[in-house]
Amino acid sequence: MFLSAKRLFRSLMVSLWFMCLVFPIMGIKIVKKVAVYSFDSVFYLGIGIFFASLAWAWYFEVYLQGGMEKDGKKSLFAPVGQCWKKITTKIEDTPSAGKYTLLILLVVFSILPFVSSMYQTTIFALAFLYVMLALGLNIVVGIAGQLVLGYAAFYAIGAYTYALLNQYLGFGFWICLPIAGFVTVIAGFVLAFPVLKLRGDYLAIVTLGFGEIVRLLITNFSDFTGGAKGVSNIPRPSFFGMELSPNMNTIYVYYLALFAALITIVVVARLKDSRVGMALQALKDDEIASEAMGIDLRKTKLAAFALGSCWAGFAGVLFAARNSFISPASFTFMDSVMILSMVVLGGMGSITGVALAALILALMPEYLRAFSEYRMLIFGLVMVLMMIFRPQGMIPPSKRKYYPSALFGKKGSGKNDSAQKFSANTIAHGNSLNESTEGEKHA
Amino acid sequence: MDWQYFLEITFSGLTRGSIYALIALGYTMVYGIIELINFAHGEVYMLGAFTSFIVASILGTMGFPVGAILVIAALIAILWCAAYGYTLEKVAYKPLRGESRLAPLISAIGMSIFLQNYVQLAQTSDFIRFPVRIPRFDFLSQFGGIVRSSDFVILVSSSLIMICLTLFIRYTKMGKAMRATAQNRKMAMLLGIDADKIISLTFIIGSGLAAFGGLLIASHTSQVGFSIGFLAGMKAFTAAVLGGIGSIPGAMLGGLVLGLAEGYTTGYFSGDYEDVLAFSLLILILVFRPSGLLGKAKVQKV
Repeated sequence: MFLSAKRLFRSLMVSLWFMCLVFPIMGIKIVKKVAVYSFDSVFYLGIGIFFASLAWAWYFEVYLQGGMEKDGKKSLFAPVGQCWKKITTKIEDTPSAGKYTLLILLVVFSILPFVSSMYQTTIFALAFLYVMLALGLNIVVGIAGQLVLGYAAFYAIGAYTYALLNQYLGFGFWICLPIAGFVTVIAGFVLAFPVLKLRGDYLAIVTLGFGEIVRLLITNFSDFTGGAKGVSNIPRPSFFGMELSPNMNTIYVYYLALFAALITIVVVARLKDSRVGMALQALKDDEIASEAMGIDLRKTKLAAFALGSCWAGFAGVLFAARNSFISPASFTFMDSVMILSMVVLGGMGSITGVALAALILALMPEYLRAFSEYRMLIFGLVMVLMMIFRPQGMIPPSKRKYYPSALFGKKGSGKNDSAQKFSANTIAHGNSLNESTEGEKHA
Repeated sequence: MDWQYFLEITFSGLTRGSIYALIALGYTMVYGIIELINFAHGEVYMLGAFTSFIVASILGTMGFPVGAILVIAALIAILWCAAYGYTLEKVAYKPLRGESRLAPLISAIGMSIFLQNYVQLAQTSDFIRFPVRIPRFDFLSQFGGIVRSSDFVILVSSSLIMICLTLFIRYTKMGKAMRATAQNRKMAMLLGIDADKIISLTFIIGSGLAAFGGLLIASHTSQVGFSIGFLAGMKAFTAAVLGGIGSIPGAMLGGLVLGLAEGYTTGYFSGDYEDVLAFSLLILILVFRPSGLLGKAKVQKV
């Protein structure tokens, strides 16, 4: 039996351990030099941990064994696991479902400003900017596998390019948009050149340092950038040279953001299947092997950074135009992490998944006010749990499939024949010819 | 050249550096054994500062003497943070062993954000004053006030701890097992070393050291906040990389060098750029000499 006395005792011990662990921080609060104790919150947490630990044990000892317990009997909760597995494989087997969801959302979004309030419109415009940012980061992290932790720096560079060019030279929105894209691509190169040889965790740290340096420089050069006070009175974009009323302008920015997000989705999707995109995916799977296959690592990595960073530049300009005020506080490490968690949650490399995750994560705090306080807490926890239980993300990217039968003129006939169908992943790793789409288990 | 001023900044730089070194030891030990940048390590340091703040406040109202408060707060903070470190490893890193290197790194970032917000929500988002300060020692006034008493306590206690750690790693059986695991985990396991236990031990020691650093910084600057862990963690990581990540004497040296460098920039130029300095230093080292001052260059095997 899974729920044996021994297991219950262990879970009890775990919950006691956690209650003891959190007691000083959660249970005691110093208010005006007097300690105030609150045992009930610690106690509730203990109960929660008790069940969580049971679920944890069940996952590792029963679920991963295919719903079988040690003594060979079927577990009591096996149907739950099977149901979950069915749902997830169903999602993974129908990649078109995500596309249809996005299409339906597009239709809804295109009429949204006419049926809802101005407030909703501004919130959704911001959510679309996050879709752009998440998809841009998805190119670097999800497709090319280079962990970048300072993505908010590019966003900041884009926003400040527009704000400062406008403040000092009076440039308008439409001139600044391409300039900001260009500047962020240059910034991407500046970051990419020194880190070409770094990989994995060192790369993550260097990009984090880059992000912080950019933010600190913006804060410290206060004569030029306005410092921590930021830049205000940034003009909203003009409509073919016409100035619009504030309300009309909000709707206009909304459509601009929607359109930009749409373009990002299309471009990134096309990019993924292009020659460069294939090279980027090869880079993610194995750098040495891809170099051996004749991929120029230098060029490919530079391309990844340049392609990824320019979207942040565009999003930054739109952000500055939408808010008409920017300050370094909008571009902290936490913002980089939020964009990264959109990519991780959605499924690294998956366009539908990342776009949906960006929408959900950007909108959730606005609509669940109670949730907004716990937002970062939950993000952190979800990132950890996601890595443990579902590292491939909400909607993992579908691997390219090749049909050997198509080689012999029988186009598409092998589609239902799973023995002849195998994914790019299995070829790359030389595994047996099963269609495994589960996770990126690197050798 | 003003020697008095120079010596003053040197000592305050060394003080800062020795705290960086205490935190950096945790990074470097964990990296040496499981090749993971434990992003949540800075948060453990912050937890240490908060735990000792709570203990010190409670003891302070009970009327304990300052010395006793500091010692008891240090012991409890070390104990609790060691437990946090142990739990952290079991929950967030152990299930991911053997996955790609990206997974534990993202999990570590998640844990760091989680711990930061946990403290912010459970305690406060403001900076709070640490209730006790390190007492003034009379014999230090002979040196013309160059060494402040808190500098003295921090330097002496942290160097004592580092000496103990070095002796532990070098001469005890556990230390030997740790070094063996760091060199080659598979081989160490074949020789009968319980690698899981050694990894737990590494986290426990590293977190304890970070907690002690947290107490020292809290009593030194008398400021505690939920966000202090991130910057301190980044700087300690810089120190670890500077000395050569994976090398224990390297972390100590790196911490002192970074502390001095920051002290001189703040003392002779401006305090605005000390964070920029640390981050630029980090990038420059990683790009030009990833093996650090004392580390050995790793050969990439294909």
